[in-house]
Amino acid sequence: MIRVQHLVKRFAEFAAVDDISFDVAGGEIFAFLGPNGAGKTTTIKMLTTLLPPTSGTLEIDGLNPTEHQHEVRKRFGIVFQDPSLDQDLTAWENMDLHGVLYHVPRKVRRERSETLLKLFELWERKDSPVKQFSGGMKRRLEIARGFLHTPKILFLDEPTLGLDPQSRNQLWTHVKNLNQTEGVTVFLTTHYMDEADRVAQRIAVIDHGRIVATGSPADLKTQTGKESLEDAFLALTGTAIRDESAGSADQMRQVAKIWSR
Amino acid sequence: MEAIYILWLRELKRCARSRAQIIASLGQPLLYLLVLGFGLGPVFQKAGGGSYLQFMAPGVIGMAVLFSSVFSGIALLWDRQFGFLKETLVAPVPRIEIMIGRTLGAATTSMIQGLLITAVCLVAGFRPVSLAMVPLGFLFLALIAIVFAALGTTIGSSLQDMQAFPMVMNFLVLPIFFLSGALFPLDHLPRALGIVTSADPLTYGVDGLRATLIGRAHFGPAVDLVVLAIVAVILLCLGAWRFSKIEI
Repeated sequence: MIRVQHLVKRFAEFAAVDDISFDVAGGEIFAFLGPNGAGKTTTIKMLTTLLPPTSGTLEIDGLNPTEHQHEVRKRFGIVFQDPSLDQDLTAWENMDLHGVLYHVPRKVRRERSETLLKLFELWERKDSPVKQFSGGMKRRLEIARGFLHTPKILFLDEPTLGLDPQSRNQLWTHVKNLNQTEGVTVFLTTHYMDEADRVAQRIAVIDHGRIVATGSPADLKTQTGKESLEDAFLALTGTAIRDESAGSADQMRQVAKIWSR
Repeated sequence: MEAIYILWLRELKRCARSRAQIIASLGQPLLYLLVLGFGLGPVFQKAGGGSYLQFMAPGVIGMAVLFSSVFSGIALLWDRQFGFLKETLVAPVPRIEIMIGRTLGAATTSMIQGLLITAVCLVAGFRPVSLAMVPLGFLFLALIAIVFAALGTTIGSSLQDMQAFPMVMNFLVLPIFFLSGALFPLDHLPRALGIVTSADPLTYGVDGLRATLIGRAHFGPAVDLVVLAIVAVILLCLGAWRFSKIEI
């Protein structure tokens, strides 16, 4: 369903993604793990047509996201790591707008919006503008919105960031359910290793733009000889804390450096 | 088509919900209208120009539409900052539809602003000379709105963040306003100024509004219409192209 070969993305001289290759089979739940700034989000941006790769090949359901953007966009849904709601619209309007953009028929759109808003306990606040929502509520709305249409592939970029255990549980139950009943392929990133351990069938660990290990959670544990996935992850990626880089200011500094030479 | 409609509707809803912003954006044109309109009125009259308020009202209407349409076009940058832009860019909707929906929304909201300031002008004593020409005036209002909403979209698609905004304001929007003949007649201008003003699209917008509302024109409504339509097409294409190049 997803095929990535020798994928590279450079920002100026910095290689955010440095020659990675992996495959995700149809109907699989695949976790893409790595420390901050490892290249997870950059990879997702390339897979979801938001960024063109520097080199290497990408395939989503047999299609190249740089060439067949529109066809590829029809095939996936995404919950972004950072907010992507319209703050001035209400929860309901955000759902509705999403439904229109994804060509969900009006009737289905309404029914699903209602079910999802109830599931993520936002129904009572459906007519409040999103800017009045708390961080957790916004996050829940992003997730509910991501489930409004049923894509072939669902990208979840750190979906549980800032969520309480109840909502996390609700989210993963829903994800597993979608995967089992509709055969949706799930590509997720998270910093919570227990979640990856519980949900993912296969894991790739990325660090400094390179893939350092792939396999099932059990594989990774045996490979590293550790009890938990968290320990296995630390054994693979080390204990040093990373700088999160490549914000727009950082990129500008990079460019400035090149010009001043 | 539905995507264009829902994005257009979104701009309208956002506009309707920020009443404070609407009132604030009327402030500047009002200041020009009242202070300059009444302040320079006697001098203008003595120089044989007739009523300055009458002369200036179309210019101030053009100004209100210029400002609000460029700003709502540039508001694209806020969407980039708050992340909503991403949501629309990964959707299975051609980017051209997203750009058109947004730009038409921006144009519509700024036309509403233009109509509001027209109402204020009427209260201040402005009188269109012929009611039959008013619909044609409305067409010019719409053209100004589309031209500058497309310009706003083009700029918004080309910038990364709001830091360049004062530059856009001081080196683009204000010159467009001051060089448009909104405040002064275009006859007998120094040669250089004459050339610059005739290169400013708003000149034709204001001239068109004057032609239809007070029956006084420099280029004439036909020329105004053709120039504005051409500029609108060029800027819409440019905007669509810049918008298609956005990287998040």
